[in-house]
Amino acid sequence: MLGYTITQWLFGVLSLMAIMFALMVVFTRNPVNSVLYLVLTFFCIAGHYLLLNAQFLAVVHIVVYAGAIMVLFLFIIMLMNLNADTEPRKHIVTRVIAGCIGGVLLFVMVGALKGAEQLQLVQGGSSQIGLVKNLGKVLFTEFLFPFEIASILLLSALVGAIMIGKREKTVEEIGN
Amino acid sequence: MTAFIIYKAIMCGAVFLLCLGAAAYATLWERKFAAFLQDRKGPSRAGWGGLLQPLADGVKMFMKEEIIPNVSNRSLFILGPSIFMVTAVITSSVIPWAKPVLINGVTYDLQITDINIGVIYLLGVASIGVYGIMIGGWASNNKFALLGAVRASSQMISYEIPMGIALIALIISSGGSLSLKEIVEGQDVGFANIVWQPLGFLIFFICALAETNRAPFDLPECETELVGGYHTEYSSMKLGLFLFAEYINMFISSAVMATMYFGGYNFPFAHELYAKLGLADGSVWISLIGFGALITKIFGFICLFMWIRWTLPRFRYDQLMNLGWKSLLPLSLLNLAITVAVEYFRGNIHF
Repeated sequence: MLGYTITQWLFGVLSLMAIMFALMVVFTRNPVNSVLYLVLTFFCIAGHYLLLNAQFLAVVHIVVYAGAIMVLFLFIIMLMNLNADTEPRKHIVTRVIAGCIGGVLLFVMVGALKGAEQLQLVQGGSSQIGLVKNLGKVLFTEFLFPFEIASILLLSALVGAIMIGKREKTVEEIGN
Repeated sequence: MTAFIIYKAIMCGAVFLLCLGAAAYATLWERKFAAFLQDRKGPSRAGWGGLLQPLADGVKMFMKEEIIPNVSNRSLFILGPSIFMVTAVITSSVIPWAKPVLINGVTYDLQITDINIGVIYLLGVASIGVYGIMIGGWASNNKFALLGAVRASSQMISYEIPMGIALIALIISSGGSLSLKEIVEGQDVGFANIVWQPLGFLIFFICALAETNRAPFDLPECETELVGGYHTEYSSMKLGLFLFAEYINMFISSAVMATMYFGGYNFPFAHELYAKLGLADGSVWISLIGFGALITKIFGFICLFMWIRWTLPRFRYDQLMNLGWKSLLPLSLLNLAITVAVEYFRGNIHF
């Protein structure tokens, strides 16, 4: 089809959708729609992982981000009852400044990516690395130390979240 | 290529029809079973002994007036039940229904797809399913519906964690494969996984009850407190989709339990039976007998689900959360620790 393989077509379509949904996250005024577009963006990115033969990463990405974190986001936004009209219209000066900063960022990125096609990509590892068996092997041998450090980080975040979420004792309870 | 696409299309169609048919007749069986437990007759007018009742219910649902509340978010209101139905059905794609069949020298797996992350795929789809309820409940713009949606989502997130840990223990004891096909084949000779994972199965079963929103965990649609819960504002076939998806969920989670803990299409002395009947590997009859065994197990689980529903009263919400976080989560961790210790002394794990 037009000289492209199916994988290239899939890549193109997925990328287009991912960018479109990501833009919709910013452009919609209703926060609930915003979250739902973000979920769709995550699905497109999971599709990219599948194209890279990283099935485990793709599904875990959906379980963790779309299935857990975004549900909590949605939860909070629904309970706070934010609507399109609670979102204030920004002042004209703010918009102009935001436009300028965004333009500068675009400028920097174009400059940074200008020479990118001359770079030689180094293929790291085999194309099978994303499969769960190989991933587990690498994680528990070569990258064991960073892996354990990350788990300690997560544990401390967990303890911190519980500390913040705990109800503070009232004066009477401390007195008892 | 064409033959492959046709085979996959037939498989998808067959599994889809199987899910819908099984769910439709599960609704009838639920009413019959309730009637049996309450010493009544149950639906008996449509068809022979009530056999056409699901059809009558379906027609009724389609013919009812469709009401979309003015103050609702229209597109999301329609999206909610659709997502719920889709996520209920797509779980069936990784379940191996029977042994592979050999036709004209080509082996056909009776499974839509055998992905090597089947178990995580199941968890992933289960975690997406909650969006249907949340979006539907919020878009209704009704306090009861919102409360039901919030209850449903927090309940599903809470019970996914012990469910996942119970599955990890199962995977460790069954040889480390995440593919459902390999988990079933591992139970072909020797014992089913339930022998090694009794506690894990109990935890998984309780979590499956909670994930499918069945009694005694049906707090999201608790009619004594929330009118109808997340589907208060729904009518006609959109309500039908919500109710019907619950039965599909029940069918699929029964199939998952039968596959992972009770040997799927395998049954005791299967090889002896096949040898006695003179059936070679890949015969259609072996697949049919295996499929019958799987369906029997699924039917048993569905009966168990219904028995529990018509026997136990509903939990209070704090009891539900305490059970999930303070009993099931530590129990599942204990189960995981015991499993790892046992497998280490059996020599299946090396550090």
